[in-house]
Amino acid sequence: MARTAKVLFDVPEIKKDFPILQRTVRDKPLTYLDSTATSQKPRQVIDAMTDYYSRYNANVHRAIYELGEESTREYEGARERVAAFIGAKDPMEVAYTKSTTESLNLVAYGYALKGKRVQKGDEIIGTVLEHHSNHVPWHFVRDLKGVTLKYVDVDEDGRLKMEQYDDLITKRTKVVTVAQVSNVLGTINDVKEIAKRAHEVGAVCVVDAAQSVPHMPVDVRELDCDFLAFSGHKMLGPTGVGVLYGKKEVLEETEPLLGGGEMISEVHLGTAKWNDVPYKFEGGTPPIAEVIGLGAAVDYLTKLGMPAVRQHEMNVTGYALQELSNVAGLRVYGPKDVRQRGGVVSFTMAKAHPHDIASILDVEGVCIRSGHHCAQPLMDRYDLAATARASFYVYNDLEDVDRLAAALQKVNEVFG
Amino acid sequence: MADLRELYQEVILDHTKNPRNYRTMADATAQADGNNPLCGDRVTVYLKLDGDRIVDASFQGQGCAISKSSASIMTEAVKGKTRAEAEVLFDRFHEMITGKPGAPVDGKALGKLAVFQGVSEFPLRVKCASLAWHTLRSALAEKPGIVTLE
Ligand SMILES: Cc1ncc(COP(=O)(O)O)c(C=O)c1O
Repeated sequence: MARTAKVLFDVPEIKKDFPILQRTVRDKPLTYLDSTATSQKPRQVIDAMTDYYSRYNANVHRAIYELGEESTREYEGARERVAAFIGAKDPMEVAYTKSTTESLNLVAYGYALKGKRVQKGDEIIGTVLEHHSNHVPWHFVRDLKGVTLKYVDVDEDGRLKMEQYDDLITKRTKVVTVAQVSNVLGTINDVKEIAKRAHEVGAVCVVDAAQSVPHMPVDVRELDCDFLAFSGHKMLGPTGVGVLYGKKEVLEETEPLLGGGEMISEVHLGTAKWNDVPYKFEGGTPPIAEVIGLGAAVDYLTKLGMPAVRQHEMNVTGYALQELSNVAGLRVYGPKDVRQRGGVVSFTMAKAHPHDIASILDVEGVCIRSGHHCAQPLMDRYDLAATARASFYVYNDLEDVDRLAAALQKVNEVFG
Repeated sequence: MADLRELYQEVILDHTKNPRNYRTMADATAQADGNNPLCGDRVTVYLKLDGDRIVDASFQGQGCAISKSSASIMTEAVKGKTRAEAEVLFDRFHEMITGKPGAPVDGKALGKLAVFQGVSEFPLRVKCASLAWHTLRSALAEKPGIVTLE
């Protein structure tokens, strides 16, 4: 792919929508390449939240006045758009949470630990490439319920060893969980196939979609997964709001994590009856402004079109893989083929530690991540203490990649 | 503006590439482990104490240029010092790397450690520069357990 690689969007125009991208860091223009950690926010999202606070701030579902009607309408309207965005058949299959982390904890607690489907001696199958948030909640379930945890391994190119599911999945398997896109390797996993395998033994498939929903078309009915979790802040939306999608019948079998207002239909001293799905999962006053911001983020991405977002990231990532291969001593992890990976590129350099790489890039105005990326089991698997990671989104273009590559040459100069 | 050369001085790069006292110590009288989860840096500091005096110091581990060179220069700096002298040196060092960028540095007291002054421009790297020192202090205090910088 040459420097002339087609860019699908008018990225300079898109950049104008993001106030933060107008600023400089250390006297250099900001080159933001850490959207895997959190994305930047367009004016449309910021405005939607400000608009809520300045025009119709009121609690939802309980204020009997016009402001409350407006806030409830926007809050529920966002739910409809989020549901449509991921192909859910019913907005009532979408529960708001705080984050992917909370969504996954809700499944582990409400379905596996407190629910009736998972019993002592049963098995839960994960993978070695999961983010800590899709490991630790299952440790809780193991410790409190006595289930066995098993993990699918990855190959040298960062792809799941799919054949291991043949042996790992048994009649005792009740949950199969997997990240759709790895936040370290960028690997896109075949969730549809994994869900199919899970269903063959009557297990549910739980998908960590924190890195997929923001970056590619995701259709829960096509995947046929039972649960799917993602965060607003990684998809141009605000922090503090996440989503748990679940098939209606599976959500019915899931117990709430938070008890309190809103999540009940009736409370008496000593007893309570849960509200309907998904409200039983939304105890307390929810993050209303954040939900409205998430709705605006979904609108923004929908307007760009998710197939185009995916194609754009493939173009930028392909170019990045090419340019990075010209940097001496640099090694990229994960699949080599852009069709098998998202816009996340982890790498190490022979002469410089990832932390030093990130510091030198910082001086050049280039923001990347270094460390274990909350995926220590995966780091252990490859015997790595840390990697550097650049990641791309709708507001990145080939010039950002050029700035990254130039800054990496500087790293080699310093440590030459 | 923060300058890269301020952070990655020649002396630092030299100690990164050729760390001094980079070895385990079979006859150590005190040792401690340190770890910085943010970047995966790990260090073990070994000491041989004769009464109150550090007669030998060494380290092992993996980490970034700043943490490795800091450990290397530290082992050189504390050799021959008493516990109290090492503590004073740490205080001065810590004051420098967390102080105002460009503030005057007591070169005579700090010696080679003064090359880490540039760290004060990069607050996120203070933990890298101080990991070995915190680990040294834990070895001196003969406190069991691992030093973890949060
Ligand atoms: C794959 C993956 N899962 C889960 C998470 C956790 O997301 P959050 O911190 O928004 O809960 C992340 C975020 O880094 C992630 O990349």
